[in-house]
Amino acid sequence: MNREIFKYLFFALVVLITPVFFQGNYLMNVLVFMGINTMLAIALNLLLGYAGQISLGHAGFFGLGAYISGVLTATYSWNPWFAMSFAAALVGISAFLVGFPVLKLKGHYLAMGTLGLGIIIYIMFNETVELTGGPSGFSGIANLSIGTLIFDSDFKNYYLIWTFVLVTVLLSLNLANSRVGRALRALHDSEVAARVMGVNARLLKVQIFALSAVICSVAGSLYAHTMTFIAPPSFGFNFSVELLTMVVIGGLGSIYGSFLGAALLTLLPEILREAKDYDIVIYGLILMLMVMFMPGGLVRGVPELFRKITGKGGGNA
Amino acid sequence: MLEVSGITQIFGGVTALKDVSFVVRKGDITGVIGPNGAGKTTLFNIIAGIYTQTSGRVILNSNDVSGFPPERLAYLGMVRTFQNIELFGQMTVLENVMVGLHTKSRCGMISSALKMPWARSEEKKIRNEAMKWLDFAGIIDLADTVSANLPFGKGRLLETARALASEPSIILMDEPAAGLNSQETWQLSQLIKRIRDLGVTVVLVEHDMELVMDICDRIIVLNLGEKLAEGTPREIQENPYVIAAYLGG
Repeated sequence: MNREIFKYLFFALVVLITPVFFQGNYLMNVLVFMGINTMLAIALNLLLGYAGQISLGHAGFFGLGAYISGVLTATYSWNPWFAMSFAAALVGISAFLVGFPVLKLKGHYLAMGTLGLGIIIYIMFNETVELTGGPSGFSGIANLSIGTLIFDSDFKNYYLIWTFVLVTVLLSLNLANSRVGRALRALHDSEVAARVMGVNARLLKVQIFALSAVICSVAGSLYAHTMTFIAPPSFGFNFSVELLTMVVIGGLGSIYGSFLGAALLTLLPEILREAKDYDIVIYGLILMLMVMFMPGGLVRGVPELFRKITGKGGGNA
Repeated sequence: MLEVSGITQIFGGVTALKDVSFVVRKGDITGVIGPNGAGKTTLFNIIAGIYTQTSGRVILNSNDVSGFPPERLAYLGMVRTFQNIELFGQMTVLENVMVGLHTKSRCGMISSALKMPWARSEEKKIRNEAMKWLDFAGIIDLADTVSANLPFGKGRLLETARALASEPSIILMDEPAAGLNSQETWQLSQLIKRIRDLGVTVVLVEHDMELVMDICDRIIVLNLGEKLAEGTPREIQENPYVIAAYLGG
């Protein structure tokens, strides 16, 4: 128990002091994205890693959060915090209602169903031109602010977004180690046995789907308010797949794993920029090797690798 | 306690069960036996809410529970175990039993995520209760083992402990001795007797005749989807129809 608290405090400390080393660097901007991706990866991991339900439409919920927030603040001059809360509530309720029919599907069919959902949302962003600006994007979104503090620089946004990340991590850890978290994992391992033990499988799946969508929506709103400009390609199918990759590479069913996955997939393209035209090849190769040699993800694979390198004579099981 | 009345189940054109009725008395160990294809497992799945019968009723504590899903039956005090044991493989032995306490606890998503004081105390209670049932089943030393790594016999004990953790009034066991060696079977029979001593009604489908004759208070014999006989182990052993059905008439 205490180890969990220690781990969290260490994580929080790292998050808080990191900007000291990167102040004024363009990497601050990358770190802001990393925070948003971490939230999204955790959201998807709650659904996929814990409850065992796949979604290829999560970029859609991310986009809904961004567009609802963006349109309400820029076109209707709402307060950004209200817009963000309203978006989260609306997306949560919608996901809950859509979840009932969609989550009846299993396995590949569920992947197809959620894929369709994501595509519908994506098309909506493109086609409702008078509302969203369509393919040319939507600009003029207000920054978030508290009193006179306006979050308008990478440095400020870093702290804004990583505060949300820290809260998300804490709540997700709590949830994972609770009665509900156990029911989710039980559902993953044997749905029929979970039901026999009194777990309402259908309702629980829909609830976690909605919660996951709400986190995505909040991340989307944060994205919109920090970027102040959004366009449909950020919320397409490719991004849903990228989220899925983060979760798998990081480690299914591990909250910190989602952070590691998001961190790697956000930083890798920046690091590989040096490699010029070969970046995409190396990127693909790294992901391939990781899936082959670290099937449990970074969160399990790295400690194991570490043990292999340092403690050959240590002889642990 | 449990009453099955006029159950008929038709799959496509095949009649798997035909007008089966019987009453399970409170506090008894009741065995359901029969040759392969007699309809035992089908009957079991209907009672446990996995299948919905073509016609007939299942009555639990004088409530008609026909067609109720398993999660609702769990709240009404009926749980089951599985022939091929259905454990939550990636979870520890203790966590498996903690899931068994799902109906005995109530914290939802929000209070769990915020770790409210009552969620904390409930969690502690769940853990203590679960340890108690592990002790009852004699596997408390395995509490932190990942359940997928358990040998089959221990898995069976765990599944039983998990079912008991919900404090059911009736437990259905689908071939509990399947896959066990004779020593494990003996252990299990002792455990089942202790379950009865707790006041829990036990219904089991079983192939192991020795076990059935040893522990059951009453036996129901199915053959070709119909009830062939019902009675004490002694009556069943002496019933000429049963002998004919088993030896092939």
